[in-house]
Amino acid sequence: MKRHLISAADLSRADALLILDTAEELASLADRPIKKLPTLRGRTVVNLFFEDSTRTRISFEAAAKRLSADVINFSAKGSSVAKGESLKDTALTLEAMGADAVVIRHSASGAPHRLAGWVRGSVVNAGDGTHEHPTQALLDAFTIRRRLKGPGGTATRGEGLDGIRVTIVGDVLHSRVARSNVLLLSTLGAEVTLAAPPTLLPLAVGSWPCAVSFDLDSELPKSDVVMMLRVQRERMTAAYFPSIREYSRRYGLDVARMARLPEHAIVMHPGPMNRGVEIAAEVADSARSTIVEQVANGVTTRMAVLYLLLGGTEFPEVTQ
Amino acid sequence: MTADHISGQAAWLIRGATVIADPAASDGRLAGPADILISGGSVAAIGPGLSAAGARVIDADGLIALPGLVDLHTHLREPGREDAETVETGTAAAALGGYTAVHAMANTEPVADTAGVVEQVWRLGRVAGHCDVQPVGAVTMGLAGTSLAELGTMADSAARVRLFSDDGRCVSDPLLMRRALEYVKAFDGVIAQHAQDPRLTEGAQLNEGEMSGRLGLAGWPAVAEEAMIARDCLLAAHVDSALHVCHVSTAGSVEIIRWAKSKGWPVTAEVTPHHLLLTDELAENYDPVFKVNPPLRTAADVAELRRALADGTIDCVATDHAPHPVEAKETEWSDAAFGMIGLETALRVVQQAMVDTGLLDWAGVADRMSVRPARIGRLTGHGVLLAVGCPANITLYDPAAPPEAVGYGASKSRNTPFAGMELPGRVVATVLRGSPTVLDGKLA
Repeated sequence: MKRHLISAADLSRADALLILDTAEELASLADRPIKKLPTLRGRTVVNLFFEDSTRTRISFEAAAKRLSADVINFSAKGSSVAKGESLKDTALTLEAMGADAVVIRHSASGAPHRLAGWVRGSVVNAGDGTHEHPTQALLDAFTIRRRLKGPGGTATRGEGLDGIRVTIVGDVLHSRVARSNVLLLSTLGAEVTLAAPPTLLPLAVGSWPCAVSFDLDSELPKSDVVMMLRVQRERMTAAYFPSIREYSRRYGLDVARMARLPEHAIVMHPGPMNRGVEIAAEVADSARSTIVEQVANGVTTRMAVLYLLLGGTEFPEVTQ
Repeated sequence: MTADHISGQAAWLIRGATVIADPAASDGRLAGPADILISGGSVAAIGPGLSAAGARVIDADGLIALPGLVDLHTHLREPGREDAETVETGTAAAALGGYTAVHAMANTEPVADTAGVVEQVWRLGRVAGHCDVQPVGAVTMGLAGTSLAELGTMADSAARVRLFSDDGRCVSDPLLMRRALEYVKAFDGVIAQHAQDPRLTEGAQLNEGEMSGRLGLAGWPAVAEEAMIARDCLLAAHVDSALHVCHVSTAGSVEIIRWAKSKGWPVTAEVTPHHLLLTDELAENYDPVFKVNPPLRTAADVAELRRALADGTIDCVATDHAPHPVEAKETEWSDAAFGMIGLETALRVVQQAMVDTGLLDWAGVADRMSVRPARIGRLTGHGVLLAVGCPANITLYDPAAPPEAVGYGASKSRNTPFAGMELPGRVVATVLRGSPTVLDGKLA
């Protein structure tokens, strides 16, 4: 495993399985009265959030704290960044404070790559622009494995997602969740299909390790997992689709569409949802929905990532 | 009496150079080594075994003597952004790269859209003295794309402007483009278009393709360039006036230009050294040193651009030398400035991309980097193949110099994508009207 987690492509199948298996072990912690491990005591994790994302920040914060790390939350709003400080100067400041890991959320694709060149600690990408969000993909993979491959715990240890058919629906072009999921889920053996209007798919999507369809209805009966992406209203004004209503009609997951899914299939959404747009309220609240589980699994998976990047022994930086 | 006394200017004897002769006469082959005697700013004699009492000697054994290079596309940044480059530092870089003349683009602050600004730039060039500076005038006032700048007044000024460009921006209004093309016919002007459809490139960051999709950077479609070039070629044909296409970057653009030329339309085109060598895959790590406008394209585009330069569809190499201060590049990709510097590396890149690949011989290099750009820029005294009586604008180049990693040079900026890359060749000397501006690879 590499020193940073910036792209899901940084993870080999073995790396990804190690994270998922570690997350399973850490999950058992959640059932204990004292949820804390001393593993990262004395280590500092900085949450560097240039974009508002309360849910992701809280998830990382909880993960780091349960491992006893010191957590510094750095939000761009009202900080030196708002006064025009460059990413490099922010990075050098964090470096001077001795951050062992920097969790970064940024509106610019590639910001974590740049950061990694300026700090010595591990960089964890918590979402960069329209590029990637690898820990989201890990928590999604974790959720899929638990739901479709067994009860969790040690039962699924070492098991991938081989043969599981995942359909990712919506604004793939602008989605960091989709990019990371395509890479990670295919690494783990899943068969991924993207279903979207042609305007919301990258032009060269044919080179991605997945299939592509413009027709959601034909994909649903063969899906074990359907993952709905958030669609933003401003895409309409840029002519990606004519109206929110038409988008919803053609690519929204409503009750009728959900009925086309196989009995065992699950419905996922990375949040935050637009109820009534890409997903109907009845679907979001149905038994198939894993949306709340995904949030809980997010903490466990991120604990595993921080633990392996900072505490594990297989990393040369730690052993030397 | 020595040559010195006759001219009032030092005489120089270049000994044993391989002189690039007229490619038509030499069948593209090099003429044998010869001496070049320079006196009074002109070539006084060319031939083997020359001697002249008092003349200073440049040993050119193994070197190629090219006509001094001419750049059609340089950003000198002065006035306004002297933190990035000045006329002094930019022309020093040009001389070190073998250039004896550069065309200074108009997107300065203030914009070079009046006789006052173009004359200022022209004078700064004369004072610096490293190479001739030919200002380019803006097509529209303030590069705003809404009303024509005083093109005729700039043409009539001391700067004698013939090339007009809003480079950095595209003259996207078809009516304004038509009028500009039409208007400059009165003084043999040329409109150099930065072809970029503004709507198709809103927020665009990187060539639209596999890399932009993977990196999550907004795509810059080839069609945004190609559609504009097609429109401009049609306009140039309609009003029968000269269009020059700046920094062609796609295979599709080449096809359109080839078609326009086949019709006999007055269209010329340039390609940058970086588009001849680099591809969008270099954006992999989001290092903005590879961020440029137009963006780096694919390997297939690079191959087609090379072919087009070799067969003459693309007339010349132009650097689009675009200096930026460190902080403009030490940032997130999407926040970083577009542009690369290239004056000091252009000839070495062309050797690597065109000569060492067998696509172009040295006579071809002389044609594409000196003769044709001077002709397109309506520049007199430059771009003349060396012959007795012509102005002594000469570049001495060692193609056999062992490949060496590119470092930083005279430019005030360091945004070169070639830094650390090993490139062949070395510019040994540059002579401007009989006076060396560069000797032994250093400013004279």
